Amino acid sequence: MASQEAIGANLNKGHIQESAWGGGVSPFAVGSKKLGMWLFIVSDAITFSTLLVCYTYVRVASEAWPWPFALWPSIANASLMTVVLLSSSLTMVLGVRASSAGDRWQAARWILATMIGGIGFILLHAHEWAGLIREGVRLFYNPWGVPLFGGAFFLLTGLHMTHVAAGVLYLGVIATGTVRGKFTPEDVEVSGLYWHFVDLVWMFIFPLVYLLSARIG
Amino acid sequence: MERVSEQAHGTGTRKTFVYVWIWLLVLTGLETFLAYEQLAVKIMLSLLMGLSVIKASLILSYFMHLRYEKRSLTLTLLPGLIFIIVLLLAFFPDSLRLYSMRPH
Repeated sequence: MASQEAIGANLNKGHIQESAWGGGVSPFAVGSKKLGMWLFIVSDAITFSTLLVCYTYVRVASEAWPWPFALWPSIANASLMTVVLLSSSLTMVLGVRASSAGDRWQAARWILATMIGGIGFILLHAHEWAGLIREGVRLFYNPWGVPLFGGAFFLLTGLHMTHVAAGVLYLGVIATGTVRGKFTPEDVEVSGLYWHFVDLVWMFIFPLVYLLSARIG
Repeated sequence: MERVSEQAHGTGTRKTFVYVWIWLLVLTGLETFLAYEQLAVKIMLSLLMGLSVIKASLILSYFMHLRYEKRSLTLTLLPGLIFIIVLLLAFFPDSLRLYSMRPH
């Protein structure tokens, strides 16, 4: 009873909010939205890591793994997609910077440039998918060798493309809200974290899926 | 909270970000070049993953601002993730055993 009285007294003075157990301190010195996005990123990174490790296991263990990606157009297309995604990360980080500086319109313009990069990436990827489907690649069949190639390729790149598409929509909401003054610089930064993560995942998909299956000669 | 957050990440110049972007493009070019070298799959995989980890570190440190955040955030997020990935890799050498067991 005595301790409850003490807690009540501390609450009145505001001491509880300042204590570690009262949740009044910020051990990571970031807002809850940003910490939430980081935790999501870690969990999503585990999902992609699991898929990539499983894919690479099958890729390395299979002697007859298909080598469908010629320098032109596939590797050139995938390299261009990488450049587009990296450039969209640069525009995003400049958007976050403009937002922190209080320039809402400039921030929205950079975010719009990022969205254009994302849409460009999706279009290039859709073109790549259409080419492979025309060549006869299906989820459990392809004309070259190990049937699992199609499933592995479409699952990995499809999941990534879904993230990019969701990111474009997310950035659209953030850009609109930023112009209207509805969102804070922290909201813009949190959306930037998501976008950079999507970029980061591609840094592993590109070499593992495309470069390890590049057709030489 | 807002004040603390702004203090923690208000760094990184436009020049720095452009430099990081250029390095990321250079490393991507190097990876594409390596793909056309006649290397054993084990060596190729190690080289490509090494370069990808460098690229991921650049993105995490600069674009995702982790370099400018309080170290406690990095120490909370990354070791657990790295530990899980290492656990996933525990069975990976088996893929090479399977490859070498195939009749040629």
